[in-house]
Amino acid sequence: MSANLRVKSSEFIDETVRISFKFNGKTYYGFKGDTLASALLANDIHLVGRSFKYHRPRGIMTAGSEEPNAIVQVNDKTNRTEPNVRATEVEIYEGLEASSQNCWPSVNFDIGGINNAISAFLPAGFYYKTFMWPASFWEKYEYFIRHSAGLGKSPTEKDPDIYDHRNIHCDVLVVGAGISGILAAKNAAKNNFKTLLVDEKNELGGATIYQNREFNKIDNQSSSDWIKKEIQELSNIKNLEIKTRTSVAAYHGYNYLLARENLTDHLEKKDKQDKIRQRLLKIRAKKVILATGALERPLIFNNNDRPGIMLSSAVKKYADFYGVVSGKKNIFFTNNDSAYESALCLHNKGIQVEAIIDIREKSDSNIVKAVKKAGITIHWSHTIVDTKGYKKLNSISVMKLSNDGLSVIGNKINISCDCLGVAGGWTPAVHLFTQSGGKLTFDENDKVFLPNKYPSDQLCVGSCNGDFKIKEIINNLSINLKKFLNIEKTDFDNLSVDSEKENSKRNIWLLPSNKPIGKTKPFVDYQNDATAKDIKLALREGFRSIEHVKRYTTTGMGTDQGKLGNMHALGIIADTAGVKMGDLGTTTFRPPYTPLTFGTIVGRNVGEYFDTFRRTPMNDWHIENKAEFENVGQWKRAWYYPINGETMHESVQRESIAARESVGILDASTLGKIDIQGSDASEFLNRVYTNAWSKLGIGKCRYGLMLNEDGMVYDDGVTTRLGENHYLMTTTTGGAANVLGKLEDYLQTEWPELDVYLTSVTDHYATASICGPNSKKILNKIIPDLDLSEENFPHMSFKNAQIENIKCRIMRISFTGEHSYEINVQANFGKAIWEKCMEAGKEFNITPYGTETMHLLRAEKGFIIVGQDTDGTMTPIDLQMDWIVSKKKYDFIGKRSLYRSDTMKEERKQLVGLLTDDPSIVLEEGAQIVSELNQSPVNMLGHVTSSYYSPNLKKSIALAVVRNGKNMMGKKLFIPMEDKTINVTVANPVFFDSKNKRINA
Amino acid sequence: MKNKYSIFSLVKNAFSYHENWQKAWKDPTPKKEYDAVIVGGGGHGLATAYYLAKKHNMKNIAVVEKGWIGGGNTGRNTTIIRSNYLWDASAGLYDHALKIWEGLSQELNYNVMFSQRGVMNLAHNLQDVRDLKRRTHANRLNGIDAVYLSTEEVKKFCPIINTSPDIRYPVLGGTLQRRAGTARHDAVAWGYARGADEMGVDVIQNCEVKGIKRNSDHVEGIETTKGFIKTKKVGVVAAGHSSVIANMAGLRLPLESKPLQALVSEPVKPIIDTVVMSNAVHAYVSQSDKGELVIGAGTDDYVSYSQKGSHQIVEGTLNAILELYPIFSRMRMLRQWGGIVDICPDASPILSKTSIKGLYFNCGWGTGGFKATPGSGDLFAHTIANDEPHKLNAAFNLNRFVSGDLVDEHGAAAVAH
Amino acid sequence: MFVINCPYCGERDQQEFKAGGEAHIERPKQPTELSDDEWAEYLFMRKNIKGVQFERWNHAHGCRKWFNMVRDTSNDEIKLIYKMGERPPSE
Repeated sequence: MSANLRVKSSEFIDETVRISFKFNGKTYYGFKGDTLASALLANDIHLVGRSFKYHRPRGIMTAGSEEPNAIVQVNDKTNRTEPNVRATEVEIYEGLEASSQNCWPSVNFDIGGINNAISAFLPAGFYYKTFMWPASFWEKYEYFIRHSAGLGKSPTEKDPDIYDHRNIHCDVLVVGAGISGILAAKNAAKNNFKTLLVDEKNELGGATIYQNREFNKIDNQSSSDWIKKEIQELSNIKNLEIKTRTSVAAYHGYNYLLARENLTDHLEKKDKQDKIRQRLLKIRAKKVILATGALERPLIFNNNDRPGIMLSSAVKKYADFYGVVSGKKNIFFTNNDSAYESALCLHNKGIQVEAIIDIREKSDSNIVKAVKKAGITIHWSHTIVDTKGYKKLNSISVMKLSNDGLSVIGNKINISCDCLGVAGGWTPAVHLFTQSGGKLTFDENDKVFLPNKYPSDQLCVGSCNGDFKIKEIINNLSINLKKFLNIEKTDFDNLSVDSEKENSKRNIWLLPSNKPIGKTKPFVDYQNDATAKDIKLALREGFRSIEHVKRYTTTGMGTDQGKLGNMHALGIIADTAGVKMGDLGTTTFRPPYTPLTFGTIVGRNVGEYFDTFRRTPMNDWHIENKAEFENVGQWKRAWYYPINGETMHESVQRESIAARESVGILDASTLGKIDIQGSDASEFLNRVYTNAWSKLGIGKCRYGLMLNEDGMVYDDGVTTRLGENHYLMTTTTGGAANVLGKLEDYLQTEWPELDVYLTSVTDHYATASICGPNSKKILNKIIPDLDLSEENFPHMSFKNAQIENIKCRIMRISFTGEHSYEINVQANFGKAIWEKCMEAGKEFNITPYGTETMHLLRAEKGFIIVGQDTDGTMTPIDLQMDWIVSKKKYDFIGKRSLYRSDTMKEERKQLVGLLTDDPSIVLEEGAQIVSELNQSPVNMLGHVTSSYYSPNLKKSIALAVVRNGKNMMGKKLFIPMEDKTINVTVANPVFFDSKNKRINA
Repeated sequence: MKNKYSIFSLVKNAFSYHENWQKAWKDPTPKKEYDAVIVGGGGHGLATAYYLAKKHNMKNIAVVEKGWIGGGNTGRNTTIIRSNYLWDASAGLYDHALKIWEGLSQELNYNVMFSQRGVMNLAHNLQDVRDLKRRTHANRLNGIDAVYLSTEEVKKFCPIINTSPDIRYPVLGGTLQRRAGTARHDAVAWGYARGADEMGVDVIQNCEVKGIKRNSDHVEGIETTKGFIKTKKVGVVAAGHSSVIANMAGLRLPLESKPLQALVSEPVKPIIDTVVMSNAVHAYVSQSDKGELVIGAGTDDYVSYSQKGSHQIVEGTLNAILELYPIFSRMRMLRQWGGIVDICPDASPILSKTSIKGLYFNCGWGTGGFKATPGSGDLFAHTIANDEPHKLNAAFNLNRFVSGDLVDEHGAAAVAH
Repeated sequence: MFVINCPYCGERDQQEFKAGGEAHIERPKQPTELSDDEWAEYLFMRKNIKGVQFERWNHAHGCRKWFNMVRDTSNDEIKLIYKMGERPPSE
């Protein structure tokens, strides 16, 4: 099969560049400029794939992005494979490999084809009615259903390509570079509008560029010659950017559009390397002009899906643009004049046109006369009642239509042919218009939905606005564009344009056959195998809404999203149900217009750019010292520092002992820090924290607990009074941004009278926390002149100091119960200070410890971690932290909620300590707690929130929230695990140094 | 009596070219008066009517739907069904639903394609691990099947997940509920409508409620675009629009209605045969029987009834999808859409009586109502019929917002349901 | 994605902003004097209007200022933006 059906050299095809490609493993040749579809047709290949449900052989139907049938797997078994690619959109390149989908073992012999033979038992919605017995078997049926469904295969390797985003702001965006788009863009740009013109094809000019219509003349030239000159002029216009291979996918509110610019898909492998494959253009346009054109629609008749049956306009495009003839014996089937253009185009190239079947009674336009003159037989008032040829069309059967168009009469005529061009009229491509929220109106005359109400500053022009003839396109464009852009004139106001008027119309959504409809297969949605009888069945079963019919029959839900068949579906519903199409409405057009690659939507936001990592100034030191890291919020925090192959447990035990017995050092830089200034700063803290702040002396620190307005603990941290009107608040690591947001909210919206200013300084300071009995000695070594006496520098106070030239703020605060200091320095000095501490601490064997050890040490002291020991349902009372809730303060955030009936209940869950009866067993965090075993239902009292093996206490300890726990001190409870039950006793959550002697030691 | 659906009826009808199938439901005009009217013909509303007729013998009832049945969130969600909730009240509610799901196709004689392919929830940081373990323990003790999986077990169950420890959000573990899965969303609405219709319920489409007539303390009827309908009991199941209906009765609810988006890819051969959810990066994905990857995005943060959301939400979701499944980079988005979800402050629903006698609300399901459909219908029917909640929905009352006794599922499922 | 005209910065994409829910719900000056019902009304109950709604927005990734917006929630059309503290327009 190496037939060459290239009939005529075309200016759009470079025949000097021969390109080899593979289809289903066999090598073929095409030329530069070919699509996969045109190259296959040139090689006389029509059979491309199999349909979704019945696995019927299917061929190339269109020449554009609306293709439902000719979809292929590209570059299978490589890391650039892609399923469901439309052969009509793939520009061929050397080395391209394409293969048929949804068939096994091959497209020529597909086992799944058996579905076609039993199709009588598989009407629309059959799966809702069966596969219910036996009840447990659905997943087994489903296994087979799933494997016969799907089309191509998902890639299974990482994508080697990169993607990009670009933001574009323009005055005017013009979508579609056909004749109306080009004229609109040109005139917008000439009038100083910053203009962007995009088109999904690689050539500008739309259909006008290649069509030489007999009776179309612009400025007394053929329309194609005229548009070529217009296109040439575009390159000299300022303010105009043009993007080809760029398909607008989505039109959102506020004139925000997304377009995919395809940059390398047409290149061979070596040229794709290291280039951006596709770019998502995020366009914000002041004005949008939609010149998206119209899609030809097919006709719905029995067996209208065979390979060789194509849109008439596609037959013409393949001949005119690609120089490829789709068949040797051609027939056209039409309800309008446009098929006559296609017929004459083939005829003029010396290709045989057997006949034209026209459902109209007559047409006396010039093009019809020209076809008659060429000697082509026209069957007026006829319809096709059947077609033959399993894998390739070989004949059609034709009968005369009754006057009402509901039945056929007379004798059946069989005509042999290998290509049938079908012309069912034109559907304006209003997809983007409706995506933007535009409302449509139905034009009974042309049987089309047209733009009616614009939701934003936009204009539809050309055939997407219902103008199908060049003369009306140009005339209406001139009028509408001037109004839309508010300009005086355009450069085509006085252009002389000749085009024909169509005067004869006849539309029949479902063409009759000589067989009862039940025995026919008139496909409406080719890809999903939804037929007109499926639609009628749905209506018969009571599905009335078009959305119901769509969902029940799957019409319009294929990868083409019903671009070809949706109008017929609506027409058949309207006719069957006896309602007007205008009243019926359409289904919703959803973005994207054509499928959009995930990678393109994601752009660069993959891998390390998926989300920011925040690292402390000491991070490099942690890495050099082999720390393991934990992700906390966006931060990377040192988790523990294993040495000599220690496990985490061993590291943590060692670190914990060191911090209690000598000295440890923790990188606390990630804690949120908010600088608070203003004459009302104290009052502000009074309102946001549960405790009182007015009396905190300058230079003193205080722990604060912050609630949500619903009374639940939200955040905590130590705040230091740096000056009369100056505080530094710390927050949890993960909560910093939210706390700042919440405080700003109250300040700006509820308490604007307060003189307070908030500034996030989290990143501005680095914090090294030294803790343990020897911490004082270290600090004394590095700042000898600072008086560290209890009198001068007691617990919960702060000092400004200087370490060599580095200014620092030192807080004597503790999260471990040890005597400890937090040294805060300007972030750039973080690592220097850290290393200084390490150096000074050498003699005390200073031990860096990570978050895990910090968690253990604070748990020994019963200090909570918000988010671990609380979960948004705990009040301070529940945490047994009544001491921090001011009874005197009139109000603070969340106060009122603490006095609701449920929040005041005694038997809420309360924070307690747990000790395991066997001190070596460490409880699992998250484990549930009960008081009685073998209950049904199980009454869960609470759960373990924090749990560790304490090397300092030489036993396992845990914090837990337990219903009514505060009244259960010493009570035995149980932890029922999957495989065993662990006995525990409720204890005071302060396990270590309950008298707080060490802090002041 | 309706045709029973089966392989035999399908074969029999094939011989008459499927010309003799009966209507799945009638197209009635509203009567002057009903014993109860359900406002909203989604899955929950139709299920409510079905169980009112079936279990409480209330046959003179109607469902009024302003558009087409199943056209709201029932037909717009990502069809995930699971019951592995943290709190006892939630677990009770959702597992009640899951148990009904398990026999629903047979009960309705309509294949709702409930596929117990398992739902996996991933942990990406140490707090996720604690939270998921906590939930797994609670589930187990509540009799809900749930297991905790190590990273290796996650990988084994769903090999296409990127479990490399070096990625931005490494998978540290996960939970699996094997009884969980997906169902065919449209079929649920259609199956309940057919079942309810068969028992005499009037399913009235294209009938919008315009007002609720009440005297001082009880309901007297509803004004609709098809005229006034007298009734003493009105059950509102109008997800997204609950506040709009409540306003007609002079009530305010603790709800905000927000856009929620979802999308599907082009259909491909089976590549992922379970449901995977990740709250931390906010991505959840499954594959439909048709072969489409079904991907749920998050809500926007503003109130909107436009059924449209922002692009950055979709972009963020796909960023997360490619983080976890880099192999999907070349897959293509076929279709995206939006719905309106009404969200309660505690991310739990309301199935409750109100201060007005005879007026009941079933709302606030947020992003996760589909899974509850049968259970919600059953319990709401009980509440309407008895004017008292069932013990399984007692906690989901309106008074909890006054007392503070919230069912706060945020802790366990911060974003996704 | 909307374009929002921040009263302090000018027109910016919506993704720079955070929505803050219904506007003009003033925090009670004396919460302790309220009944549980009244407090719940303030804390949780919302108009959640379909149609023209008054709401709060924050230029979170910009100037961090809060402001008010009048927006039609049925089609997301922004009608008016005004600063915090300014009185809402009567219509």
